[in-house]
Amino acid sequence: MNETADKRRSGVVSRSIVAFGRFWWEFLVGDTPELFVATLIVIGLAIALHRHTIVAVVVVLAAVVGCLGLSTWRGRKRLK
Amino acid sequence: MTSSVILALAVFGASAVEMVEALTIVLAAGISRGWRSALEGAAVAALVLAVLVAAVGVPLVHLIPLDVLRVVIGGMLLVLGLNWLRKAILRASGHKALHDEDAIYRTTVSSLSTPAGTTKSRDAVGFTVAFKGVFLEGLEVVMIVLTLGSSSRHLALAAVSAAAAVVVVGVVGTIVGRQLSEVPENAMKMVVGIMLTSFGVFWVAEGAGVRWPGSDLFLLALVGLFAATTAGAIRWMRAVLPAAVEQPR
Repeated sequence: MNETADKRRSGVVSRSIVAFGRFWWEFLVGDTPELFVATLIVIGLAIALHRHTIVAVVVVLAAVVGCLGLSTWRGRKRLK
Repeated sequence: MTSSVILALAVFGASAVEMVEALTIVLAAGISRGWRSALEGAAVAALVLAVLVAAVGVPLVHLIPLDVLRVVIGGMLLVLGLNWLRKAILRASGHKALHDEDAIYRTTVSSLSTPAGTTKSRDAVGFTVAFKGVFLEGLEVVMIVLTLGSSSRHLALAAVSAAAAVVVVGVVGTIVGRQLSEVPENAMKMVVGIMLTSFGVFWVAEGAGVRWPGSDLFLLALVGLFAATTAGAIRWMRAVLPAAVEQPR
């Protein structure tokens, strides 16, 4: 009796963990993994260049604009 | 001050877009399965979302160092904002079908229609559909409220802006009924995408230690930059690439 209840409880817990993980995967990666990777690159660039304000501003903004363009281009290609 | 105004507008716009989608589902559930269950489902979902904001948002604001919070949450906003912008550019240039509220409404009504359609008693299906519609669409709003609100330490302002959008969309939606397809959803999504991307870049860089020229005022420059980029991308895609998708209207 207790074993069955334990199994049911662990089933609910594991299903909740999977659903939680799936939500975050869909939210952050989904069908545009390039945007997630691009964001990690932008964060890396900002951390690496933070002492050089002008360079950091130019490089970070260029990276974001470039990533948006590439991802949009990729979306157009997939829809063709 | 500048960032507070942009924050309130961004949260209001994002919430309004998501709530139009949720309201379409609630209206369909209400008409086909009865209003009592649909409204109860929507209300319970809204309550759960509000509890989520309070339960997650308040500890975020008080326990995590601001710079760490800004990098992590700015990153999330950047992913979300770029995604919205990308979709908006593809839709505006004819490479992706526009979100069609009429089609969603018709599909939901036809999948729910049963003889129980007009009963006044509780209906589990109507409740569940309305709950899921509001909860799932609202989760994105919760993410935006939490990310924008906690990074700027204006969680209450973000929550109030979202609540205002829910009320406005609810009232307007009730008045205009099924004319929700007239809402310029893609344009709204584009504007919000520009704001989310601007906030995302701003906070990622600031959290990493970059000092923006002009401080908060630089947000306006970012909004201008991403608006110009979006307009340029749409014009370029329309001119260079033939549209691949027929739009619903």
